[in-house]
Amino acid sequence: MKIGIDVGGTNTDAVLIDGTEVLAGVKSPTMSDVALGITESLRRLQSAFPFDPTQIDAVMIGTTHFINALVEAERLAPTAAIRLGLPATSGLPPFVGWPTRITDAVKALPYMCHGGHEFDGREISPIDREEVRRAVRDAVARGARSFAISSVFSPVNPEFEQMAAEIIGIEFPELPVSLSNEIGRVGLLERENATIINAALRDLSAEVCSSLDQSLMALDINAPLFLSQNDGTLMDVDFARKYPVATFASGPTNSMRGAAYLSGIKDCIVVDVGGTTTDVGVLQSGFPREAATEIEVAGIRTNFRMPDVLSVGVGGGSRIRFDDGVTVGPDSVGYRVTEEALVFGGQTLTATDIMVAAGDTVIGDPERVKHLDRSLVYAARDEIHRRITETVDRMRTSSDLVPVIAVGGGAFLVPEQMACASEVTRPAYSGVANAIGAAIAQVGGEVDRIFAIPAGKREEVLDQAREEAIGKAIAAGAKASTVQIVEIDELPLAYLPGNASRVRIKAVGDLPTSK
Amino acid sequence: MSFYLSLDDVPDLARGAAILGTGGGGDPLIGRLLVEECLKNGKKIEILDPTELDDDDFVISTAMMGAPTVVVEKVPAGTEAVRSLRALENHLGKTADATIPMECGGLNSMIPLVVAAEAGIPVVDGDGMGRAFPELQMETFGVYGVSGSPLAVSDENGHTCIVDTGHDNQRMETFARAVAIKMGGAAYIAEYPMSGADVKRTAIRNTVTLALNIGRTLRRAKDKHLDPLAELSAFLKDTIYGHGTVLMRGKIVDVERFVRDGFTHGSAVVESFDGIDEMRIQFRNENVIAHKNGAVVAIVPDLITIVDVDLGTPITSEALRFGQRVAVYGISTPAIMRTPEALQVFGPQAFGLHEPWVALEELSAAR
Repeated sequence: MKIGIDVGGTNTDAVLIDGTEVLAGVKSPTMSDVALGITESLRRLQSAFPFDPTQIDAVMIGTTHFINALVEAERLAPTAAIRLGLPATSGLPPFVGWPTRITDAVKALPYMCHGGHEFDGREISPIDREEVRRAVRDAVARGARSFAISSVFSPVNPEFEQMAAEIIGIEFPELPVSLSNEIGRVGLLERENATIINAALRDLSAEVCSSLDQSLMALDINAPLFLSQNDGTLMDVDFARKYPVATFASGPTNSMRGAAYLSGIKDCIVVDVGGTTTDVGVLQSGFPREAATEIEVAGIRTNFRMPDVLSVGVGGGSRIRFDDGVTVGPDSVGYRVTEEALVFGGQTLTATDIMVAAGDTVIGDPERVKHLDRSLVYAARDEIHRRITETVDRMRTSSDLVPVIAVGGGAFLVPEQMACASEVTRPAYSGVANAIGAAIAQVGGEVDRIFAIPAGKREEVLDQAREEAIGKAIAAGAKASTVQIVEIDELPLAYLPGNASRVRIKAVGDLPTSK
Repeated sequence: MSFYLSLDDVPDLARGAAILGTGGGGDPLIGRLLVEECLKNGKKIEILDPTELDDDDFVISTAMMGAPTVVVEKVPAGTEAVRSLRALENHLGKTADATIPMECGGLNSMIPLVVAAEAGIPVVDGDGMGRAFPELQMETFGVYGVSGSPLAVSDENGHTCIVDTGHDNQRMETFARAVAIKMGGAAYIAEYPMSGADVKRTAIRNTVTLALNIGRTLRRAKDKHLDPLAELSAFLKDTIYGHGTVLMRGKIVDVERFVRDGFTHGSAVVESFDGIDEMRIQFRNENVIAHKNGAVVAIVPDLITIVDVDLGTPITSEALRFGQRVAVYGISTPAIMRTPEALQVFGPQAFGLHEPWVALEELSAAR
């Protein structure tokens, strides 16, 4: 049996899965002490379906805790960014383009030193250890508590980043160091930004990750603990402690993978309705379609691999107004819907109230919305449906009708029929699809770098890269016999000799189970 | 009309330059950030109308040459192109009164602005390609008799080479590219040293302003929830380009890419949303020909750009992917790019195509 947990901004959802069967799913409020919230949700799960803790094979957690910390610019460590690449790159120092709200929060400390490599592995300059040492000491003197190291073309040759890490390890062994070649791909500014963000979250991740093990112990669960990564695969707690940015996209990724699992449909559009927004994504072969262009997180350009999700400001708690025709949101009572909505005895007319009044769902006390004018109720319902349908339509990739899966706590907002949908499904347990996505996650390994491909050797080079990806998946914990290559992406590099290509290969496999 | 570039203009300029990049030209973002840093540091960038040049002014074109995929990693120091400018000035014994882009599409719309800011000279509002092209001899400057040589090429270390091949601009491209590769795959050049009279005679005029206005048009359309491509077509009518049209809307169903001779070749297939029509676009870094259901609907030097169907944002050849919802948009080249001499240098046969050039607006009328 496996337990999947999703720690969202509002709720912590937990599910118990046995093979292909969902045994139970519960919701409880997220607490500021993340681990306490997890323990509480595990207790509720036990009540819903008493399970033997020794029969749990693994616990998987997906969380938006870290991306929220960044977006809210809270609990971020003072961070120094050291870039190795002089005399190149000096036109655009680290932190260029960052919103001041966040550079203030991380007390941004940029440094540029010699180093870096060319696309073919030659050095741009030799690394100057004394220069790096001076930068490191200066940063700490100015209050830095975490380091981000980025070297030009480190995805091709990471040695200078590793040397810088060694220097810091000698001078200040207690301070966390994040290396760009371990975090991002080709594209200096985006990779450096992702690395700085990671560094800024290291204090928080140390705190959260150390408490996670305890959250399981409270219920005598001794199973291995994993966290969901951006691509829907798992990482162990140690990895998460070092790479908190790897959790950034896990929320929408898990809800989409959970939708695929619950519906049994691998190619579809997923509509995840929350309290404030509805997120629409596309599933292709069971995995979320990735956004094609660079991603901005909290106003910072990065190259995280994130699902292509279109958000619209319509959710269960959206305020409904009739001043000028009918408007839905974008403001919402959010998690306070259980106090503020009319059906819960509150004073605010919300989307939930409209759908209860229309008879689409039963939540709270339907008597409390019986008085609403019928024509206004249907006008509001139509507008909610229209906004959602329009968003779904924008995500379609062809004129073909596709299945639509509605998940999330507000899934009742989704119309039962849509012109662009072949069918609209709202599977059982759709309210906890996120947690299910976490529970069914696999373990993966990935290779992403530039290979020089000598004439006639393309297959040989790809085989080597494939083997490497498979090896990484197994090292991450996958059962060797289940590992498969799920993605191969080859990008020949223009204008460069030696037939250089950037090759990206992902392999995933299942976690071993006791049965 | 001459004007000073403001910080607010820069995103519009980058967006418009990406449209004119026709799938190549590199990502203008790096250039955009550099220009913004210059402006934030208090430097001024004057965009000079070509009519305000004296005939005997001295103008040098500046640019980046090399692999865009290198530039996104080894971002510029910002001083390299100015070094090339200075090296060329030293070699020729005279200082430039202005610089001018060699390419208004893509990253090279921005590099001369950085030179202008650092060197304190204006940028002429115009360029030599009217779009993006892959090779240095593909310039209207060269088509109408200006030698690209001598050319200075520099790296971030201040190492400079002077390339002088007399009137042979094709050979200049070959040698300069070899040096750029040794410099790490991307280098910064100063070339086509010419007089104000040459500029007025051979440049495509006001293409910096064109790129700015294209970007502005797309942004305003998005803000007002209008169709960005319809707005763009309406705007282009009053420019020297004259004609812009949607060639197809649909989904990308196939993308193929391979490197040959140091360029990214390939093709993308777009299927219309109703599944009835199919368009194939071939590229050699930049898009060169589009066939709809087997018939040519656009061909180089006319511009073919692939954009996001909803937002009108341009997609480079490297970023094309299966499943993307796109519009394929064509823009007619101005007259100066359509003469027999011009077609000799950057017409279809210069790209290995057998089909003859037929004007986009003629092909559109025939459909």
